[in-house]
Amino acid sequence: MGTIAAQQMQAISRQTIEDFLYEEAALLDEWRLDAWLDLLTEDATYEVPATDTPDGDPKTTLSLIADDITRIRSRVHQLLGKSAWAETPHSRTRRLVSNVRIREVTEENIYVTANFVVYRMRFEQIDTYVGRYEYTLVQRGGALKIRERKAVLDLEALRPQGKVSIIL
Amino acid sequence: MGNVALEDLVIDNTADGLFRVNRRVFTDPSIQELERQRVFERCWIYAGHESEIPSPGDFRARTVAGRPVILARGSDGQVRALLNTCTHRGALVCWQPAGNAKSFQCPYHAWTFSNQGELIGVPGEDAYSAAFDRRELALAHAPRLESYRGFIFMSFNPAIEGLVDYLAGARDYLDLVCDQSEVGMEIVGGTQLYSMRANWKLLVENSIDGYHAPVTHQRYFEFLVEMGVDSARSRRTGAGRSLGNGHAVIESAPASGGRPIASWAPHFGEAHKGELEAMQRQFEARFGPERAYRITQTNRNLLIFPNLIINDIMAITVRTFFPRTQDYMDISAWALAPIDERPEHRALRLDNFLTFLGPGGFATPDDVEMLEACQRGFANREVEWSDISRGMKRAHPLTNDELQMRAFWRKWHELIMLSQAAEAPVRHLVAV
Repeated sequence: MGTIAAQQMQAISRQTIEDFLYEEAALLDEWRLDAWLDLLTEDATYEVPATDTPDGDPKTTLSLIADDITRIRSRVHQLLGKSAWAETPHSRTRRLVSNVRIREVTEENIYVTANFVVYRMRFEQIDTYVGRYEYTLVQRGGALKIRERKAVLDLEALRPQGKVSIIL
Repeated sequence: MGNVALEDLVIDNTADGLFRVNRRVFTDPSIQELERQRVFERCWIYAGHESEIPSPGDFRARTVAGRPVILARGSDGQVRALLNTCTHRGALVCWQPAGNAKSFQCPYHAWTFSNQGELIGVPGEDAYSAAFDRRELALAHAPRLESYRGFIFMSFNPAIEGLVDYLAGARDYLDLVCDQSEVGMEIVGGTQLYSMRANWKLLVENSIDGYHAPVTHQRYFEFLVEMGVDSARSRRTGAGRSLGNGHAVIESAPASGGRPIASWAPHFGEAHKGELEAMQRQFEARFGPERAYRITQTNRNLLIFPNLIINDIMAITVRTFFPRTQDYMDISAWALAPIDERPEHRALRLDNFLTFLGPGGFATPDDVEMLEACQRGFANREVEWSDISRGMKRAHPLTNDELQMRAFWRKWHELIMLSQAAEAPVRHLVAV
């Protein structure tokens, strides 16, 4: 990667990152999941660690979600189909993303953290998911893409939420 | 209880082949109180696994049957279920969920207890009379605690039969799980803690239900086909069995979702194929072809009455759950694995676990949805009965029959009607 590209990486602003994360949140809240898939790289991963092991490595620790791109695509396919009963009909969601921070920029990657609150409305219950995002973003042809996406819950347990059936 | 007597809560009509459960058992708070006394305080209740507290001083503080408990391996090496309440004025003495400690100090007045429960420190002890005796003020503990091949059970019933007797026919099925390692099995780090807005007994039924799989879990089977599994492999054969004492199992083959021990599936990747075949041969050498097939090629969903599920399927999950109210339960689920499992295989196991199991998997969320939907439906009190008659006329009930649930309900009903714990529970190999 040349010097000019590296400079472009260094110059990336928080506003650019925030715009990207807000767009991602809108796609997910609007259930435009195929468009959301387009934000991911070919080797993207999506993780939600277990609530009592937020730093757990899915290879050695039981998680809630640890998807490679194949599983992510299958998950989206299921959610847009008719037999994901937990999301049929779709729940309403509203994501609040804040405290966006660029933690590190290397030649390849932009490491970003943010806070989230995701409200999920279904059968007149509101389930609230609170936590932080850890993203590894990359630049692909002038656009930002997600290579790693982790949602670390601050909840001590999925009580009363009971499940993570949406894309957190 | 209104006008339904306890005897009438379950209709068990083997002559006609009809089994009905009155839905009050899922909605009536007085039933929950009876369950507390007559089920949860009479039976062996799963508290944890030896692998969670391997060394002296190790402890896990968790809620078991509604009680804060410290599962502690004392400095003497013995495991105790210490009741987490200070014998002074009641505060919890252990506030950490896990760790290693020689003692527990109550943060209220600094009374200190050894990890064996003895009261070893009282600030200002000269203020007490001669009648004050530390030995009478040790932390209380569950009167009975036994473990079987690593599984630790506690009981509040001092007169309960020994654990091995209690396990009855379920013991053989625990062995099929525990025989998967010569070194032993361990609970993997990372706990799935979740809940359902539903009565706990619905999860007993659901955990050993074969009938719902192709419908409730349609998206999981579509996922398997997407991954290259031959859809014909989803058509399983197998049996539902009553194991005595309320325990039950469904056992089936082939394992379409793969098994870490030891059945390959396309989504494992070619790299694991040879290894799984080699594993299969090792088991045949150890156990002979018949038992090896049972251990490595069959899936089993096992209920240890009242509320311990061990599902040995696309991975092994240990699941326990307790009612908070009649329409809300707390669930804890873990992964169980061989202690000596190679890292690549452990990673494969945990990955396969998540394809189906747990609140973020492709199956459990839909089970949660179904049980919550049942609980909401129960508001229609005019519909009094659930029908659990499937396969009652079959000599050999199948996994998608409901014998395994009848085994649970018959034991549950027997205990609910039994007002005196002193009567030894009757154990019979039950009709279908």
